[in-house]
Amino acid sequence: MTAPLVELDGVSRVYGRGDAEVRALEDVDLVIDSGDFVAIMGSSGSGKSTCMNILGCLDVPSSGTYRFRGADVGALSRDQRALLRRHYLGFVFQGFNLLARTSALENVELPLLYRGMPGGERRRRALAALDAVGLADRAKHAPNELSGGQQQRVAIARALVTDPSVILADEPTGNLDSKTSREILEMLRELNTERGITIAMVTHELEMAAFAHRVVRFHDGRVVEDREAA
Amino acid sequence: MLWAALLMAVRAIRRNLLRSMLTTLGIVIGVGAVIAMVTLGQGATARVTGEIASLGDNLLVIVPGNAGNKHSGVAGAATPFSLRDADAVAELSEIAAVAPLSGRGVRVVYGAENTATTLQGTTSDFVRVRGWAVPEGRMFHAAEERAGAPLCVLGATVREHLFGTQNPLGASIRISNVSCEVIGVLEEKGQGTFGNDQDDLVLMPLTAYQRRVANSDDVAMMFVSATSSSATPRVQTRITDLLRQRRGIRQGDEDDFVVRDMKEVTSIVESATGVLTALLGAIAAISLLVGGIGIMNIMLVSVTERTREIGIRLAVGARGREVLLQFLVEAVVLSLLGGVLGVGLGLGASWVAARALDVPFVWVPELVALAFAFSAAVGVTFGFFPARKAARMNPIDALRHE
Repeated sequence: MTAPLVELDGVSRVYGRGDAEVRALEDVDLVIDSGDFVAIMGSSGSGKSTCMNILGCLDVPSSGTYRFRGADVGALSRDQRALLRRHYLGFVFQGFNLLARTSALENVELPLLYRGMPGGERRRRALAALDAVGLADRAKHAPNELSGGQQQRVAIARALVTDPSVILADEPTGNLDSKTSREILEMLRELNTERGITIAMVTHELEMAAFAHRVVRFHDGRVVEDREAA
Repeated sequence: MLWAALLMAVRAIRRNLLRSMLTTLGIVIGVGAVIAMVTLGQGATARVTGEIASLGDNLLVIVPGNAGNKHSGVAGAATPFSLRDADAVAELSEIAAVAPLSGRGVRVVYGAENTATTLQGTTSDFVRVRGWAVPEGRMFHAAEERAGAPLCVLGATVREHLFGTQNPLGASIRISNVSCEVIGVLEEKGQGTFGNDQDDLVLMPLTAYQRRVANSDDVAMMFVSATSSSATPRVQTRITDLLRQRRGIRQGDEDDFVVRDMKEVTSIVESATGVLTALLGAIAAISLLVGGIGIMNIMLVSVTERTREIGIRLAVGARGREVLLQFLVEAVVLSLLGGVLGVGLGLGASWVAARALDVPFVWVPELVALAFAFSAAVGVTFGFFPARKAARMNPIDALRHE
């Protein structure tokens, strides 16, 4: 039997020490299999963002183990975790996080740049990714010339251009109106079903969580609910 | 990756073009100043040493007065030499030629033309000592010198002013109411060390000058040519001893004349240039340091401003070293840009100045290469700290940064 894609085993994350100690995550066990679409919910301060940071290899557990494709991420160096992100992960943020004054195309090319891909192929793949999110005609536009929904679609194109195993979306619809939010969620679902990309998405809107297969709810740093989506 | 970092750097610099230009200004001015000064200094030295070398390394110049004594009063007050002093010097061993010289400013008239110039009374040894050819006509003979014949040899400038393209040989010109015959024209020498026109003179036999123009037996200075370069120190000593005796200077008293070896002048010029170069080096080091601090400052600002960008890059999989490289390359490109502009500015300014001051424009490729190497080094040195700061950022905090 192959190892699950993502496996949190007794993971805790503690910030600060002594009186200022904050236990953001407390003994979390979580398994996400390849091809899953998980919505992570919880109120603010519940630990869901900390959990996302650990899943995204941006942070490491204080105790417990996080295995990504069977590899213990906690034992990896900073650079090795960067390589893990480069090759297997895609990120979509609430604030889009696109490079300002840089065209949509170049934003999408960015992850490929760090893969050392030659310019021609980089361009071709970035255009294909933009096409997949329906923005091929906006390739030359800078983020400030695009609407919020379009910016988030550029961010999705940037996440999927590397054919990642997992896309981590941290409140991807937090800054968008409900119609645009649904479009973005449709797009993520399509990536999940048609390309088989695993998706972990933090959200606090039930309507958005309904797009997922599975809902995991955090409260005070613990997983309090883990169920199939309705 | 390096190429990509270079493109990113160029883009980042273009995005903040004005700020980038102001940042590089320190390097531009530092490099520009050094390039200009050294290039001009080399040109000036080349001209001075070239001229001194053309005088010959066996040349001694004897002038009345005291070189370094503040009690001796003005040099002009010292007793001049006489023709007999020159003859006595010529008797010493290892001396090839002695040219006594005495002169004054005069107005020279030929027909309707006239010009102001310097009249020099001397002997035919003058052209030999100075290595000066007489391509047209001839220099005066010893017999003519003794007789004090009213003959003259024109410098190229005087010849042009009075005669234009006409043949001056055999013509009679008037110098201070003395009529004299032109028997030769000196080879053209061009501008001298201090921008003076060396061809603006008329030569006349010394005795003729003394009797007909100056009404005095004074000799203002002497050019002495030693038989070889190695003989000049001995000749210098002999002349000093002889002249002290002839001028009745008591043991222990200071000389009231100076015997100057032109080789000494060369070494003085060269050592002055050495000091100048060292000073310029210090100025260069300081300005590059200041320029480097400017670059470090603006790179720190840039890193802070672009914290989010750094976060994004780290999130999509950039390693610390790749972020470091990006900002380091940016700093180096900035400082090299300053180097390029500085070299351009320096060479341009020194070219213009060389034209204006009429010194040769000496292109020193090593200096330009050194300037580039130093600007690159400044970029690496002062870019490293900000780049490391960028590379060590925590991606989570960087992404949250507003």
